[in-house]
Amino acid sequence: MEALIAIAIGTLTASGIYLMLRQRTFPVIIGLTLLSYAVNVFIFAAGRIVPGLPAIIAKDAAGYTDPLPQALVLTAIVISFGMTAVIVLMALGSWLEAGHDKVDMDDEETGK
Amino acid sequence: MTLALIAALPFLGALLPGLMIRAGRNACASVTGSVTLLALVLLAMQAPAVLRGEVVQTRIEWLPSLGLNANFMLDGLGLLFAGLILGIGLLIILYARFYLSKNDPMGVFYTYLMLFQGAMVGIVLSDNILLLLIFWELTSLSSFLLIGYWKHLPEGRQGARMALAVTGGGGLALIGGMLILGGIAGSYDLSVILTQKEVIQGSDWYLPALILILLGCFTKSAQFPFHFWLPHAMAAPTPVSAYLHSATMVKAGIFLMARLWPVLAGTPEWFWIVTSAGLITMVLGAKIAFFKDDLKALLAFSTVSHLGLITMLLGMGTAKAATVAVFHIINHATFKAALFMTAGIVDHETHTRDLKRLGGLRHLMPVTFTIAGIASLSMAGIPPFNGFLSKEMMLEEAAHTALGPAWLLPLLATAGALFSVAYSFRFLSHAFLGPKRDDYPHTPHDPGFGLWAAPAFLALLVIVIGLIPMTSAAWLVDVAASAVIGVPAEVEIKHWHGLYSPALWMSLAAVGGGLALLGAFSPLRALWDATPKPEAKAIFDAIIEPLAALSRSVTQALHNGSLTRAVAIGFVTITATALWAFSTGAYAAGTRAMLPINPVAVVAWGLLMVAALGVVLTHRNRLMSLILIGIIGLIISLGFAWLSAPDLALTQITVEVVTVVFMLLALNFLPKETPRESSVLRRGRDALVAIAAGAGIGGLAYAIMTRDFAFPSISAFHLAQSKPGAGGTNAVNTIIVDFRGYDTFGEIIVLGIAALLIFALVEALLMPGTASDRLRAMNTASTQAGDRHPLLMVMATRFILPVAVMIGVFIFLRGHNLPGGGFVAGLVVAIATVMQYMASGLAWTEARQRIEYHALIAAGVLVAAGAGVGSWLFGAPFLSSSYTYVNIWPLEEFELATAAIFDLGVFLCVLGAVLLALNSLSRLARRAGETVSADPYSVDRPEGGN
Repeated sequence: MEALIAIAIGTLTASGIYLMLRQRTFPVIIGLTLLSYAVNVFIFAAGRIVPGLPAIIAKDAAGYTDPLPQALVLTAIVISFGMTAVIVLMALGSWLEAGHDKVDMDDEETGK
Repeated sequence: MTLALIAALPFLGALLPGLMIRAGRNACASVTGSVTLLALVLLAMQAPAVLRGEVVQTRIEWLPSLGLNANFMLDGLGLLFAGLILGIGLLIILYARFYLSKNDPMGVFYTYLMLFQGAMVGIVLSDNILLLLIFWELTSLSSFLLIGYWKHLPEGRQGARMALAVTGGGGLALIGGMLILGGIAGSYDLSVILTQKEVIQGSDWYLPALILILLGCFTKSAQFPFHFWLPHAMAAPTPVSAYLHSATMVKAGIFLMARLWPVLAGTPEWFWIVTSAGLITMVLGAKIAFFKDDLKALLAFSTVSHLGLITMLLGMGTAKAATVAVFHIINHATFKAALFMTAGIVDHETHTRDLKRLGGLRHLMPVTFTIAGIASLSMAGIPPFNGFLSKEMMLEEAAHTALGPAWLLPLLATAGALFSVAYSFRFLSHAFLGPKRDDYPHTPHDPGFGLWAAPAFLALLVIVIGLIPMTSAAWLVDVAASAVIGVPAEVEIKHWHGLYSPALWMSLAAVGGGLALLGAFSPLRALWDATPKPEAKAIFDAIIEPLAALSRSVTQALHNGSLTRAVAIGFVTITATALWAFSTGAYAAGTRAMLPINPVAVVAWGLLMVAALGVVLTHRNRLMSLILIGIIGLIISLGFAWLSAPDLALTQITVEVVTVVFMLLALNFLPKETPRESSVLRRGRDALVAIAAGAGIGGLAYAIMTRDFAFPSISAFHLAQSKPGAGGTNAVNTIIVDFRGYDTFGEIIVLGIAALLIFALVEALLMPGTASDRLRAMNTASTQAGDRHPLLMVMATRFILPVAVMIGVFIFLRGHNLPGGGFVAGLVVAIATVMQYMASGLAWTEARQRIEYHALIAAGVLVAAGAGVGSWLFGAPFLSSSYTYVNIWPLEEFELATAAIFDLGVFLCVLGAVLLALNSLSRLARRAGETVSADPYSVDRPEGGN
């Protein structure tokens, strides 16, 4: 199963990076979202994957998974929502201000 | 704590001038001055102990394992320097009050001045050399601000840049040298380092350390060949020059040489480098000073020369020479600060500093003339002033020191003294003596008391130290010099060394020769003007300009303004570095037993892969890619649920919902398709980068997952302490709200800021302008479905709302012990509310909204902070949690934890942030012409129908 998860992380990363290299804002945001998934799963996986042993303390528990990466990822998920929302709005703002949704400015906008 | 307080006071005081300037310039100056005075008083309270020979220490351990501690110490040398810095600083504050014109922003000036003062005091009080380095850099930065204070003057800006480049560059070398020194001595504390003379001088690293440290000292103290920056720094206002270049900034290098004298001095390397650099600087500086017409330039080069003199004395490496150096530091600070101030007064009154346009001021400005006379005679080394005493002692030492041939050093030292006499008298005679002129740019007269009080006080010191040195200064020299040389100095300052003293004859030669030089000034000047001289600024610019061009071209190549390109470079660099690290290391396959393949998981995995690749293939269709993103998020949350992370699963799925809703709302305004723009080649290149990076991350993840922890993780502690320590059985939740509560506190603040940022951005977009016009012109109505608020959905969501809120509360309450908690609960309630917006419309929902979302965010942060601060009441550190079990009949026994209050803050903040973000977007929609129906059951009505 580890190999499959590793492949999934790799695919999400690759898809995310490819989209982040596009020249319009929306694909870049989608790419960033994919990359966030990949990074979150990666950090989670760093705690090793264990099914059926949640980190809920109980007398009869057979064992526990690693709670620390989970705590880190949990806040990361929420923060990445905030970040995505800000970027979406920045993209929206630049679309409304500039009339196009390109990531890079035109030569005429940069004054070159 | 006193020492740390003395060092901190100027920094705290730096905050005040900006506030007090509103109360007027007098209030501003008095407040600034009283802070300095307070620091001076605190210092004076420590003085008796130091004079008894004790070393006062303040130790604040910060990172002891790295040797990084805020350790301060005060010995004789520190007392002398701190006294000079604060004492002269006080006089400068007084002087600057009357010197600065009405157009100069005085609050800014005093703030810079106090920052600089704090940095200087920090240097001389630091025990830890890492701390000292930080203060050292701070002096470079704050002096940059001070020198460039008159921003409108190009010379000011250039001079400031040059000073920063030279002293900052030297500071870099110093960091290297100090780290080596600390490494050799095994400690970064001066009190330890200073006891390690044999170890340090015996080390192979002694010479590199010495050279690097001296580079730092020489650049700071303007020693040859780094002397050129100081005259250019004269573009600063005169109070700055008087402060930086008499008592403080340039003395920092001298201070450090004196401070490290016990461990660095005494070797041939030290002797040759330091003595010759000092000697050259002394003679060269004095010679150039003689020919300068600008009063401040003359004083600047004279400062260079006198710093050279002190450096030379320190270089000699004998206890006696070091004692003389300490004495001259005091004398130079007094007469030079007074001279700079009088030069400022002359400039202030006549509107020129050009000696060619001055002369005869004696008649017009008798007070200024008296002060200038005393100070410049002292600078010339004329008895009975204090400059005479230390100069005689210097010549005495020079006469007994051989640098190469025995006659060389005494001869050159005499030459230096000779030029010193010449320029001192030139300063005096060409500005003040001679007949009264009638072509001054401005008719001069003596300034008010406020302006001449400070230099007059210093002139008084010059006389007092000169007349009764043993009573007035010897005790301070004694204790400071003892701190430098490590044994009692037994200072003996005499006016008369006897007829057989070589110093007497050298001194007489210097005075006679100097007066002769002045007499022959005109022909000498013509000769000087005729000889070609290297222009330091041109050389400096010639070196700096190519460097700047190089860095510009590197920056341009890496970042030409294209963000896409910058991102690509980032990914390529990271991937290449990781590949290089991998290829140079040894890799062995992991041994951890793998999880068996689960058929259900494989199906989900297949879906995920299809969706992930599908996003790439169909990304031009933006709606489709959003749907696929939703699928991916769903599968990931299922994966979390399966792999023992129920909290993550809950969070992921709720965040997924709000993210997709948010992006859908945004997509409403954005183009629905992405045009095909990049070439096949470029897409191929991007794909290559992406696949390489993806393969790297995947491989890394695989490598991690197939092996066990290299060393025990700290998770065991969290699992073990979750119940007894934090009172909760859900270890993930206890980590978030308790063990790592500080992190979470920061994170909810970030989330709140993000939401406020979105709100602010929307406000900006709605303001009249391009964006607002475009929004108005956008016709979103054409794409709307006829039935915006379907009856079924409206009814369903209203039933769901209380249920959803109850689920939210339930999830919140059980969070400490079972999957759930503030984050998830906040998201659940947010989704329930958003559904009201979607089903019943904005107006209907807003009409029933009682609390502003901003207030929710603020309340969340405040509640969380309150939970943290509350622990102070019980004497526990910030965010300590506590819990107890409560029995209230007829309920079962339940647990109350303060962490739950903190979690409530998290809940409120998350709820407020999510709703504020979504609400902001819908405000955009209204501007875009979306109609709002007050009655949710109705079908569309035209605008204004409600």
